[in-house]
Amino acid sequence: MSTVVKVENLGKQYRLGQVGTGTVYQDLNRFWYKLRGKEDPYVKIGQENSLRNSGGNHLVWALKEINFDVKEGQVLGIIGKNGAGKSTLLKLLSKVTYPTLGEIKIKGRIAALLEVGTGFHPELTGRENIFLNGAILGMRKAEIRAKFDEIVEFSGVEKYIDTPVKRYSSGMRVRLAFAVAAHLEPEILILDEVLAVGDAEFQKKCLGKMKDVAGTGRTVLFVSHNMAAVKSLCDTALVLVNGKVQYVGETTNAVSYYLKGDSDNQNMKTFSSEYDKPEFSLHQMSLNNYSKTNEEPLVENEDIEFHISLTLKNENFKNYHITFHLINELGETLFSFSPSSTGINLRTGLNNLICTFPKLFFQSGTYYLSLYIFRNKKEAVIIEKDVMSFTVVDGGRELGVFMGREPGFIRPKFNWENKNM
Amino acid sequence: MTQTEEHWDLIIKPKSSLFSIDFKQVWRYRDLMLLFVKRDFVATYKQTILGPLWFIVQPILTTITFMVIFGNIAKISTEGVPHILFYLSGIVMWGYYSECLTKTSDTFSVNSDLFGKVYFPRLIVPFSVIISSMIRLSIQLVLFFCFWAYYYFYKGIPLNVNSTVFLFPLLLILMAGHGLALGIIISSMTTKYRDLRFLVQFGVQLLMYASPVVYPLSSVPEKYKWILLLNPMTSIIETFKYGFLGIGVFNFQYLIYNFLSLVVILFIGFVVFNKVEKSFMDTV
Repeated sequence: MSTVVKVENLGKQYRLGQVGTGTVYQDLNRFWYKLRGKEDPYVKIGQENSLRNSGGNHLVWALKEINFDVKEGQVLGIIGKNGAGKSTLLKLLSKVTYPTLGEIKIKGRIAALLEVGTGFHPELTGRENIFLNGAILGMRKAEIRAKFDEIVEFSGVEKYIDTPVKRYSSGMRVRLAFAVAAHLEPEILILDEVLAVGDAEFQKKCLGKMKDVAGTGRTVLFVSHNMAAVKSLCDTALVLVNGKVQYVGETTNAVSYYLKGDSDNQNMKTFSSEYDKPEFSLHQMSLNNYSKTNEEPLVENEDIEFHISLTLKNENFKNYHITFHLINELGETLFSFSPSSTGINLRTGLNNLICTFPKLFFQSGTYYLSLYIFRNKKEAVIIEKDVMSFTVVDGGRELGVFMGREPGFIRPKFNWENKNM
Repeated sequence: MTQTEEHWDLIIKPKSSLFSIDFKQVWRYRDLMLLFVKRDFVATYKQTILGPLWFIVQPILTTITFMVIFGNIAKISTEGVPHILFYLSGIVMWGYYSECLTKTSDTFSVNSDLFGKVYFPRLIVPFSVIISSMIRLSIQLVLFFCFWAYYYFYKGIPLNVNSTVFLFPLLLILMAGHGLALGIIISSMTTKYRDLRFLVQFGVQLLMYASPVVYPLSSVPEKYKWILLLNPMTSIIETFKYGFLGIGVFNFQYLIYNFLSLVVILFIGFVVFNKVEKSFMDTV
């Protein structure tokens, strides 16, 4: 398959301070400071971007040395944290702004959807806005006319099509806008996090439509924070970190790479000598998905194993009990759990305990564990609050389902029955 | 590399040549241009009772004001033609130019939200302004010709119409071109210097007094005439009045100067616009 997008050594530089401070007075003042060899008085201090070029020109590379190819029919996800350069890359690809260095070569018609409903005019009717919005997105009038009925039907606002858009509810407006965008038929489609808006039903519709688009062999570049959406839509993903491409490859690996880059996300903790007590010695605690290592991120839709290794030094092992508390991001204790409740007790010498949380037990999120060891069921030998934390992330989900986070922290499965069946 | 000769439909590069406006792209987006025209036209007078009639109310009221102040109080010569025709012709022509100028001059600042989200040739917007102003102009011209016919046929006032009227399309192009050229230069500069916007607002009003709208060019002392003639609108309005009313100054050299200056300003305008088009999202 041929390459349809080729990005070569792409770079975008922003000048700090000058952006948005554009009056003649300030420019003259800046010039005057420069003449006297002083610093630019309008440069913002403490800008986050770490890629500052040498010489103190106060220039920042939002993107640098970006190289990648997109093949025909490929669905490429672009992931990265806020400020990693995702939006800048999108803006360059969609020609909203121009690069400082390098080239982007594109084969075929390209359309970018950075926002739903760009250019909607509130005074115009739904019908007029379909034409206007379609034309803004690059459609010819004849094209829109040919698809008009389809668009109206998809949007579900037939009844109000000749009413000014300002009388629409926001939901209707979004529907109409997405309907237009969904019927855009470019060879290459660039999508920003359009999914972030709208309710579950709308997300479902969007994703379903996007899947259709991807299925017809069209090339899609998809930028998102939503790992579940990226995983289910994209075959390849690209990780941006501080304006550079850090990883390109299969989506699962890219997502893992992205999540691993998060330093808070450590699923293993090794304990030092301070946990070497007269009665106990605590060695290690770790979490991993069943059949995976603890280096990979924990996904919600697989069993999660919790390993604890400790040495009990006291001969009288029956007197000792170990208990954990699970605490959520808000610091609320969700529940406590302990091996002794299932009849598993500690033994003298090395213990390797494994606790298995069934799949789909946790909601995605970060959790903390507290450790308690009691002697004679009343006296605490160790109380270690927040001894370690772990993060559970979205797994790949079936397309077309709700992509947001369900409420709550756990989703236990209870026993249900229907008496009439 | 075996694919060195590969064909690419689009290559996005850092800005290259000084003058690289892609007029083919502009043409491809012509539907959008017309839709913008329609939007401007429909949206402006939605929920008004008089609707497009406002296009006529404005010049009529201005004409009446001028008739009272400049015609009756200041008693400035109208070279013998009815006051209404004299002022109305100037107001209508000037109105078109000033509308083209002011509306194109905030292209970037008004549309920055749109420009920040989607690409289309930016020139589409100023072009659509010129066309939608033309609709307004034609309605106002109808008004002018109604008065003209009234005086010519009904009142029997001799208006020396001559073949210069056929220059009208040229005058239209010159006006549109000058309005566009200056407008896009200003709009490119306002992305950085917002002050210019305020300057334009009253600058256009003042500039009207440097055009033969309320007085005939012939009444201007000979040694100051060249200053007025620097203003491109001077020869346009004078030619219009010469053709339809048989008064004013008509000189081919003025029009040639006018055309040449248009070419120069328009060229500068496109170069500046082209430069700003690529970077303004970072400064606006």
